Amino acid sequence: MNALMSGAPEQVAPWVASFDRLEKGRPPDWLSSIRRGALARFAETGFPTTREEAWRFTNVAPIGRVKFSPAEAPAAAAAREEWLPWLDDVVFRALDSEAAAGWIVFLDGHFAPALSRIAPDSPVRIASLARAIAEDRDNVEPFLTDPDDAASPRTPFADLNTAFLQDGAFVSLPQRAVCEKPVHIVYVATGVAPDRVVSPRTVIRAAAGSQARIVETYVGRPARYFTNAVTRVALDEGAVLDHCRLQREALEAFHVASTHVVMKRGSAYTSHALALGGGLARSDVSILMDGEGADCTLNGLYVVSGDQHVDHHTVVEHARPHGTSRQLYKGVLDGRARGVFDGLVVVRPGAQKTDSRQENRNLILSESALVDTKPTLKINADDVKCSHAATTGQMDETSLFYLRSRAIDPATARRIMIHAFISDVLRRVKVPALREGLDALLFGTGGGEAPALAPEAPGGRP
Amino acid sequence: MTRQPASEKPIMLEIKDLHAKAGGKDILKGLDLTIRAGEVHAIMGPNGSGKSTLAHVLAGRSGFEVTGGQVLYQGRDLLEMAPEERAREGVFLAFQYPVEIPGVSNLYLLKSGLNAVRKHRGESELDAMEFLTLARERMKLVAMDESFLHRAVNEGFSGGEKKRNEIFQMAVLDPKLAVLDETDSGLDIDALRVVAEGINALRSARRAMLVITHYQRLLDYIVPDTVHVLSGGRIVLSGGKELAQELESRGYSWVETAPAR
Repeated sequence: MNALMSGAPEQVAPWVASFDRLEKGRPPDWLSSIRRGALARFAETGFPTTREEAWRFTNVAPIGRVKFSPAEAPAAAAAREEWLPWLDDVVFRALDSEAAAGWIVFLDGHFAPALSRIAPDSPVRIASLARAIAEDRDNVEPFLTDPDDAASPRTPFADLNTAFLQDGAFVSLPQRAVCEKPVHIVYVATGVAPDRVVSPRTVIRAAAGSQARIVETYVGRPARYFTNAVTRVALDEGAVLDHCRLQREALEAFHVASTHVVMKRGSAYTSHALALGGGLARSDVSILMDGEGADCTLNGLYVVSGDQHVDHHTVVEHARPHGTSRQLYKGVLDGRARGVFDGLVVVRPGAQKTDSRQENRNLILSESALVDTKPTLKINADDVKCSHAATTGQMDETSLFYLRSRAIDPATARRIMIHAFISDVLRRVKVPALREGLDALLFGTGGGEAPALAPEAPGGRP
Repeated sequence: MTRQPASEKPIMLEIKDLHAKAGGKDILKGLDLTIRAGEVHAIMGPNGSGKSTLAHVLAGRSGFEVTGGQVLYQGRDLLEMAPEERAREGVFLAFQYPVEIPGVSNLYLLKSGLNAVRKHRGESELDAMEFLTLARERMKLVAMDESFLHRAVNEGFSGGEKKRNEIFQMAVLDPKLAVLDETDSGLDIDALRVVAEGINALRSARRAMLVITHYQRLLDYIVPDTVHVLSGGRIVLSGGKELAQELESRGYSWVETAPAR
């Protein structure tokens, strides 16, 4: 392996060593070969630097400096009783058999059957990826190799995820299946041991005419760890998916995630990227609209404070005619928090009648918070409707005074204003437990000046 | 209506030798004014005389620096109180330019405000249904449709609707001292009549009003007990309601040059 290394060797070497240990677990040959290929690519590139355009505003050197090792499966002692109340709280009590079609929970990246519940009569198939790898190679393999399309540029982090791929969630909707209740996928970082890396992969396949709501949640107890996640979604003709990604990692944690979606004719995809936690959090969403009349909506919300850094990149590639895309990302930043939004809409030649809107709005609550926003259009067709907009502003003092003159105290007035700012994005979240839970978390009876952000750990923060 | 002798009515607002700056410039230069419960006072004056500065100073807006004098509200130092504290104690400002707040419903704003006032008074907070009942009743005063409750505060309201909304808010919050800052500006005659009727319906022996206006027209509908002329940051002339008519016909130039009397 060492011969392949041209990325910063001191950063790459520990990963190669970890990889060799992992291989002793004897994965199937085909998987092993996919993983080796990905590791070789990572060894060549190493971690990206701020000299690369896609990482200009997000310095991931702190991730490269830590010697992370893959997290082991938690001991059997990690019993239901220990995890359930905390988990229940951080996922807004969404794991309820009345309200949800089912849920699958992972502790440090390893499937936790005791915490999961998969209803036998559910129209949707939910399984651990490890099991799907063992039993259903044909359906799984295409989601483990690189997506070979322009919308998803290969990133070192995705390669690293593939190299260390062990488990994750596999959700499959048969043709015309309609699953009205949400399916929850929950990745929990236990923080039991420090400096662990978890590389979960989520695969969502929606066959023609199927419909579902899926909530992917990342939560962690206070510790330094690294979640390096990849989610792959395929929507066949006419499939409809509402996909929430709730990120409530620990404030000491690193979270890098990429979601790649391929849409066929007449399909509709809605994502809600909800980022509250993490010390350094990067999310890439790339959409390939590879069928006529596809409809994609990307909503985003980030509410950060302290020294948090949150970066959202989106790529929407209109490859066929009559596609519609809507993007609205909103951010609220306090303290010394930093936000990045980089959105690219590409209209390929021939993708006529494309209708695309892209918006990023930021509300800055402090002197030291900062946002870099860069919405971009690349249009290669002549009969299209495309627009983009970005704003970054502070809270309007006149409005605050107006509220105070109506007897409302300043802290409440600020909360009302923040709520007003993000309410449109919040309202679009269709899963009631999530929408109401977020509302209560951000604007509930906390009473503080700034909204509550990351999950409170049991026993308080360190 | 028989009037109580002035001396028996409690003093609501007492302004003594008030000096204030706005944007670093001296605007109020020794203003004196006393308003008793149940009285309606009008302040008239040319543009730039300090009318709006006075309104903002009374409501506690930042950016206005009081450099001298005193403002007593029910005997207490008003200038020491935060804006929300003044509102809870019963001071209300109807804004000359009501603020649009997208995303916040009128209902939510008013329910939060009223409950803050009630809590301050030691009264129980109203639940959604109780508030709605109260709001529906008070909306009638300004002929507002219930749909306004569910719209974002002043967003997309016409000029007249914004002013009606201010008076509606006043009706809900039930203040002891209402300061109406050019509530007539920008209103056509029909809208003016509606707003004035709402204000008149809220006149009471417990409540004092300070009506700030540039024109006499509003005072045809809201007949004041006393009219003051503000010029150069001071009250230069005070009189009965006839003074408003005199100002309308003669303009302001004669009082600006006249010595204080």
